[in-house]
Amino acid sequence: MNKTLLIFQHEFLNAIKRKGFIILTLIVPVLALIGIGVFQLVSTDEPPLIETITIGYVDEASGFDQYTTQGYIELVHFDTPGDATAALINGDVTEYFVIPSDYLSTGLINRFTIKRQLETPPTIAIGIKNFLTSNMLAGKVPPETLYRIEYPLDLVTTILTETGEVATEQGGYGNVIIPAIFSLLLALSLQASTIYLVQGLGDEKESRLIEVLLSSVSPRQLLTGKVLGLGAAGLVQVVVWLASLPLLLNLASSTIGGFFGTIQLPANFLVLGIVYFILGYSLFAALSAGVGAISPSVREGQQLSMIYAMLVYVPLWFASFLFIFPDSPIWSVLTIFPVTAPIAAILRLGVTGIAAWELAASLAVLVLSIILVMFLAIRAFRVYLLMYGKRPAWGEIIRSLRSG
Amino acid sequence: MLAVEVSHIAKSFADKVAVDNLSFSVAQGEMFGLIGPNGAGKTTTIRMMMDIIKPDSGEVTILGEKLNEATKNRLGYLPEERGLYKKLNVLDSIVYLASLKGIDRKSATEKANELLNQTSMSASKNKKIEELSRGMGQIIQFIVTIIHDPQLLVLDEPFAGLDPVNTELLKGMLADLRNHGKAVILSTHQMNQVEELCDRILMINNGQDVLYGDLSEIKARYRGNSVLLDFKGELGELQGVTDKRTHKGYTELMLDDITTPQQVLAHLISRGIVINHFEVATPSLNEIFLKEVGKKS
Repeated sequence: MNKTLLIFQHEFLNAIKRKGFIILTLIVPVLALIGIGVFQLVSTDEPPLIETITIGYVDEASGFDQYTTQGYIELVHFDTPGDATAALINGDVTEYFVIPSDYLSTGLINRFTIKRQLETPPTIAIGIKNFLTSNMLAGKVPPETLYRIEYPLDLVTTILTETGEVATEQGGYGNVIIPAIFSLLLALSLQASTIYLVQGLGDEKESRLIEVLLSSVSPRQLLTGKVLGLGAAGLVQVVVWLASLPLLLNLASSTIGGFFGTIQLPANFLVLGIVYFILGYSLFAALSAGVGAISPSVREGQQLSMIYAMLVYVPLWFASFLFIFPDSPIWSVLTIFPVTAPIAAILRLGVTGIAAWELAASLAVLVLSIILVMFLAIRAFRVYLLMYGKRPAWGEIIRSLRSG
Repeated sequence: MLAVEVSHIAKSFADKVAVDNLSFSVAQGEMFGLIGPNGAGKTTTIRMMMDIIKPDSGEVTILGEKLNEATKNRLGYLPEERGLYKKLNVLDSIVYLASLKGIDRKSATEKANELLNQTSMSASKNKKIEELSRGMGQIIQFIVTIIHDPQLLVLDEPFAGLDPVNTELLKGMLADLRNHGKAVILSTHQMNQVEELCDRILMINNGQDVLYGDLSEIKARYRGNSVLLDFKGELGELQGVTDKRTHKGYTELMLDDITTPQQVLAHLISRGIVINHFEVATPSLNEIFLKEVGKKS
């Protein structure tokens, strides 16, 4: 059998037998299944019990005495603010408000509560607003109009394609959730592969096993076999996640429904997920091979690899920024910069989509970076393979990469 | 065809010359000793032979050609510092590393079992490497080195850390391999092992050739004109003997320039002296080593 293939097989089998690999691969489907199972166990057919809130009010403007039930808010009338305060202290009401006599001209409502709050909870504010509106319009408009004034619109947005047809993806949070989860897992997988590759090379260098290996195979065969073996293991992981997502989604949608029913996989997500994993992995593997070559110990190699392994998380740190400013040029930069490209691209697939030119530029830069880094890594591997104990100075590294 | 031919190789690291214009050859079926003090350049020389590092100048030919994938399958290398995959078990480690030498898994497994039996290591074949003692790990690494029946063996300090029983076991296996026509290069600073096993030697110091050639010829070259004698009776005056030195258990007779050991032996027999031991005094390799290394440094 071809020696590269033998190394590939050895590295692949060792990688998939690792506890860390098995846990990381199965954690997504297992946690999701547990979540669905727990939901089924605790859910019942009866509607959830919602506690009624009792709120007091003092009507100094007169005329606010109807519609005292607003959803689950019960409004209780008090004659004076003193009575209302006493009821609040006794715990009979959770809060109270005063409608001043000049309310109609000022719109001012004074609210009193013993809870510390940043602002009035929206449900309370809406309840009070509807109470005031209903009383002011009572008998002046039909009940349907009154209801429409309280709930004036139910906004439904439909996204059309450039040809005017209804787009298959309708956006929203349902579209973001899968790419967001997948990008986090992809980042974890890339980081785990990096750590494992740097550690494997460091161990072989520290134990001098590398000398035995190189008396049997060439540095190119060794490096290629290792990178492909670990890459295949990572691909298995990603395929398990990608394959389990639609199944889990269907299960969650039919069992739990609600928000899960709105979750969609963006178009090309499966294909681009695999393509970006392969390219992202190749880049990280080449960087790790270079770091493994110039590092004298596993510990130092891992410290160096953290520099680029942490960069992979940058798009996730800025994820909330993406929701607010989806068209910011920062996103184009992160999508094209090779180390952040895989995660940024996957994340953007679910939020705004990516322009064709950006996708092409992102993939092209990634491929070119892989070729360049791999070329330099093989050179560094050969030059610094037997460097034990002390890492060469950066100037020395650059000189030897030039001379090869 | 020579097993190894090294021609004028040199290697420098930063400002240190590790190997300086070194040339030697090793024939098939020969046990060759590469000796020198620590830091002499032995390991660098071996790494250049194994194509692990490239020489700055000079050429290395292994089994008649420059080292390539096919030639690598015909050589076995035991580096000075040993290492195997700690988490892998013994049999899997041997079979994987053997497969990288071009043997199929089935043959590698059969041969591994055979060698594990021969070295009394069968009971450990399913243990993880990290569970083995240092000496046991070394035996496993030796098995990895010879499992593919290599034509050339390069062993860097093969006896370091081994107990006397395993040292004898390894020596016996090496002698067998030499008798089957394999070339063996032993790199060591244990002179007694080289003296016992090697046919020819290369002694290097500071990366340079100090002594090179047939071991018995080298020893003859350093031989002084004296004999060692264990006898019964009275020696008295002996013709051609200029001095007598008494050591524990034997006497050393210093001869003049025109008297040979054979003439002294004949004279002793003719005088009816009982001779228990008669030996032409030859310096040990260790003495030659100390003399040469001391001279150069």
